[in-house]
Amino acid sequence: MAAIRTPVQVALNRTAIAAVLVITLIFLAPIYWIASTAFKPRNLATTIPPTVIFEPELSPFAKLFTKRSQLREAPTPEEYAAAPWWERLVFDGGEKVVRSGRGEIQLSAYPNRFLNSLIVAITSTVLAVGMGTFTAYGFSRFKVKGEQDLLFFILSTRMLPPVVVAIPMFLMYRAVGLNDTHWGLILLYTAFNLSFSVWLMKGFIDEIPREYEEAALVDGYTRMEAFFKIVLPEAATGIAATAVFCFITAWNEYAFALIMTNRRAQTAPPFIPSQVGSGLPDWTVIAAGTFLFLLPVAIFTFLLRNHLLRGMSFGAIRK
Amino acid sequence: MATTTMTTLDPQSRAARRGMSDIAIRNLFIIPTILFLIVFNIFPLLYSLGYSFTDFRASTNAPANFVGLQNYRELLADPYIWNNFTVTAKYVIVSVAGQVFVGFGVAMLLNRSIPFKGLITTLLLLPMMLSMAVVGLFWKLLYDPSWGVINYLLGLGDFEWLGDPDVALYAVAITDIWMWSPFVMLLSLAGLSAVPKHLYEAAAIDRAGPIYTFFRITLPLVLPILMIAIIFRTMEAFKTFDLAYILSTQPTTEVISIRLYKMAFQEWQTGRSCALAYIVLIMVLGVTNIYVKYLNKVKER
Repeated sequence: MAAIRTPVQVALNRTAIAAVLVITLIFLAPIYWIASTAFKPRNLATTIPPTVIFEPELSPFAKLFTKRSQLREAPTPEEYAAAPWWERLVFDGGEKVVRSGRGEIQLSAYPNRFLNSLIVAITSTVLAVGMGTFTAYGFSRFKVKGEQDLLFFILSTRMLPPVVVAIPMFLMYRAVGLNDTHWGLILLYTAFNLSFSVWLMKGFIDEIPREYEEAALVDGYTRMEAFFKIVLPEAATGIAATAVFCFITAWNEYAFALIMTNRRAQTAPPFIPSQVGSGLPDWTVIAAGTFLFLLPVAIFTFLLRNHLLRGMSFGAIRK
Repeated sequence: MATTTMTTLDPQSRAARRGMSDIAIRNLFIIPTILFLIVFNIFPLLYSLGYSFTDFRASTNAPANFVGLQNYRELLADPYIWNNFTVTAKYVIVSVAGQVFVGFGVAMLLNRSIPFKGLITTLLLLPMMLSMAVVGLFWKLLYDPSWGVINYLLGLGDFEWLGDPDVALYAVAITDIWMWSPFVMLLSLAGLSAVPKHLYEAAAIDRAGPIYTFFRITLPLVLPILMIAIIFRTMEAFKTFDLAYILSTQPTTEVISIRLYKMAFQEWQTGRSCALAYIVLIMVLGVTNIYVKYLNKVKER
């Protein structure tokens, strides 16, 4: 923008800054509402007017992780005193934690779904970034016949609507027994992220001067040694950024997970909405599950902030 | 002199002698990826192309009968399917227009020196990084007619956002605009910051008004990047499934992906759904082609 001189321009500039702050608050409000609902007692989650100031408590999390049933009669004082803090929170909400015959607490499905999300997202990220880095190097450094067409083909696989791919994949997986398995989802997410990782990594590797490897080759390195000892360390930041993007995509994915899994390998995105069901859902528990699920992505977004532009544009726009 | 030139071997052939040849490495690095993508993307599509000419139902053991082009003929003549496409088109237009308006607008506001600009930009980008399905779910609570925060803040009483068939599509689009305006903003900011400052200075010296400056300098120079954002968002909005599926059960929000999902996995009309998938696929590939051409054009700059 041109240098600001007149009082009118100064005023306009101040108005713009104020507007930016207001817009930022509006954009963050839904996320704030999720986070605050996750720490509310159940009776304050759906009040009119909305409850903004309250004493935060951990009962939504205690309920999130445990299997509960309605409390028929109030716990005896001894029972209450003997219970750990999180169990008391469940008692306070008029419910009790289900225990097995031997007194072991029964977990809800949430920890399992969260773990499934972790297994699937991490494994598919490692595979996609690993393969993608090799392939990107191949495209970046060597002459490949029909390079543009191959790169278009690679990118186009990511553009397919998930439901379109899911119909035949569902049939094929059913035939080979990959439905509702971790590996089934891992392979799908690897394929989905592979195209992205090739495009993004190619941009990062293109920026590493060829002279580095050529100097190493003159020094007697083989091409493989030059790749592992010179190129990979230089590309480390790019690899990390690509990995975080792949992780977030796999972590957030919904359609494939909904279609390909239902229990054993189900990830958190199809599981959390399934908890709303009918009737009056306990929004504090859903918010607690959502909060924990969003937390890693929120942290990663801050770590990635300087690479977001590049990642979101498949490496086409750099800064 | 002559001997030293003789011993300075071409590095490539020297490497070739000890390790693998460059050609072998290239093939080792590229071919597995291409094969993997063929197995997981092209092969399934060929598989479903075959089924699209049959009356196969995955819920029964009955063998598939070849019915020729019947599925395609019936789908293209089905007014309900056309309605799904109309809903999708409406959704794409409303949500992409909203994202461009909000995203570009915020980028214009942000394109100046602001305290904590980096932090503010990152915070604004947060919604698009989150899971559409999970965060979308929470908008159900925000939109609730009785205790939703939105109605309370806007003083709308018990206005039905998701319950009213005429409003539901806009409600889903608003959530989509909230999530994806940051994407348009991010790309627009990159475009805006790349506009050379001296152009604005020259315009100021010529006493050009702000409107003239915007339409003759800012917009033309940002347009290529903005177009990338628009094509990409159009493609994504056309494919949309998560948000609309989670937020609404209204027939007025049944975009084509939802129809496809229901046909395939609830009604188990597998053959027919494969045919519909192909119709959708051809549309998406057309737009993808335009998108990639644009990406490459911007890359060359």
